[in-house]
Amino acid sequence: MKKTFGGPAIVLDRSDINTDEIIPAKYLTEVTKEALKPYCLEDLKLEGFDANGEVLKKARVVVTRENFGCGSSREHAPWVFEVNDIHTVIAESYARIFRQNMFNCGMLAIELPKSDIDALMLEKDANGAIDIQVQLQEQKVVAKGNGQEMSFVFEISPFDKALVEAGGWVEYADARY
Amino acid sequence: MGRTTAEKIFAAHLRDEPFPGTKVLDLDRVLCHEITTPVAIADLEWRGKDRVYDNTKIKAVIDHVTPAKDSKTALQAKILRDWSRRHDIKDFFDVGRNGVCHALFPEKGYIRPGFTAIMGDSHTCTHGAFGAFAAGVGTTDLEVGILKGVCAFREPKTIRINLTGNLQPGVYAKDVILFVIGELGVNGATDRVLEFHGPVVEAMSMDARMTLCNMAIEAGGTCGICQPDMVTVDYLWPFIEDEFANKEAALEEYSQWCADADADYDKILEYDVTSLVPHVTFGYKPDCVKPASEMSETKIDQVYIGTCTNGRIEDLRQAAEVLQGRKIADSLRGIVSPATPKIFQEALSEGLIQIFMDAGFCVTNPTCGACLGMSNGVLAEGEACASTSNRNFNGRMGKGGTVHLMSPATAAATAITGVITDARSL
Repeated sequence: MKKTFGGPAIVLDRSDINTDEIIPAKYLTEVTKEALKPYCLEDLKLEGFDANGEVLKKARVVVTRENFGCGSSREHAPWVFEVNDIHTVIAESYARIFRQNMFNCGMLAIELPKSDIDALMLEKDANGAIDIQVQLQEQKVVAKGNGQEMSFVFEISPFDKALVEAGGWVEYADARY
Repeated sequence: MGRTTAEKIFAAHLRDEPFPGTKVLDLDRVLCHEITTPVAIADLEWRGKDRVYDNTKIKAVIDHVTPAKDSKTALQAKILRDWSRRHDIKDFFDVGRNGVCHALFPEKGYIRPGFTAIMGDSHTCTHGAFGAFAAGVGTTDLEVGILKGVCAFREPKTIRINLTGNLQPGVYAKDVILFVIGELGVNGATDRVLEFHGPVVEAMSMDARMTLCNMAIEAGGTCGICQPDMVTVDYLWPFIEDEFANKEAALEEYSQWCADADADYDKILEYDVTSLVPHVTFGYKPDCVKPASEMSETKIDQVYIGTCTNGRIEDLRQAAEVLQGRKIADSLRGIVSPATPKIFQEALSEGLIQIFMDAGFCVTNPTCGACLGMSNGVLAEGEACASTSNRNFNGRMGKGGTVHLMSPATAAATAITGVITDARSL
């Protein structure tokens, strides 16, 4: 199923956030995605972050730093975002498996350079909140804080774009192989 | 221009290139365990596509939590078990015959030079020790692998790592890979293959090569790859002797997967390991490493020897050599988990289990268990574990617990003293 992208963002200002922090291994005994919902980012080690807070509850986008999603291959990490309606992650870089898992689920793992992530985080600091719209065709991220609008162009491989448009890798592969 | 091992394997398995740079490969092996496969099975059923592309190429094992610890893990095992029976997957390993996937599948001879393999497990990179391309993937990739026998990759660049000199006694493959990860950093090899070369690798057993390749992912690497040679052939010989007239013929066949001398590398790194000392991790990332001797103030509550990194027979021998005739410190508990039933039996017949038990270790059945804080030795808040596993993330072995990664010899020495200890100082 095709996803919608964008909305209020939560900022996670740290590199190397791993999949154990996104969804601890003790919840890997669940056999449905929905069951993961209450445990999003439960073990994240980050000052000021509240896994039970309103900011995370309202978030539809995650903005973060380098090597996001490193560690385990568990697709439970993208799934816990998916069932919490977070379909977009914007980071400086990703671990390979997490990035592929996002696109395989028909979701977006957008890469922006450090200067753009800095600007997004500054805007968030100034306003306390930031709203992000994603224009996939134009490959553009538009961020609105307190009136000011910023826009950033991102690169996405044609394959990853095709996965998002198909709704995921199963749909794409089933139609093709 | 010559080609790397990964480039040769990609060329030989290319099914499709839907867009430049995206390669869809045919898979020789799709490996499954009970944590990441059940959701793929459920999705295939929901889609009305409960099929498998080739039940001889799919291998399955219950390994992460086994025997089941509660109703949820019992259900995961049952889903995998029922599915394996339904599709007549002969190579399914249930309780009693099961072991840690990345030790069990190589031991059965399932991975050969030049193969492609995926598994819903990040440490699938281990199998590159055989000169194969093996990558950890998520459940969706696994699902498509099960159904169609293909997987898509951005063709990775290769970092060549030349290991020269001689490892000193008491310094092992684990120390080498911890040191290399410290040099590369946790994302230094993202979208890269690590290709290991040099006399140090050539002198390593398959067990040691698997330890080396197992932790490629901790530097972000897609796969760790060793060059197939006579050590590889000797290991595989019981499984391939009907396919070749002699070992030399097998070696000749497998050598086609060795990198060309003029292959194009992203980077070439050379490390002389002659002066390398036993290394351990501190902090919460696997690239935070330092010599064990500099960590001797660190008190430990639990020692864990096992896992897909260091639960093989050589690892148990190295630990037992340190433990022989000694007792572990009263201040800690020791747990050893041989990675497969075969390894367990070898350890029994060699007297290693006796040494572990005499020293005061608890011996558990083969399982991933404590490595990821699921069972068989989970830490309490504030506790520290000296572990032969591969990840020291915050809370990895239990919420609020700390993990220090090290070799089996260092872990054994630490068990004796109660603080992190270089085994050579005992």
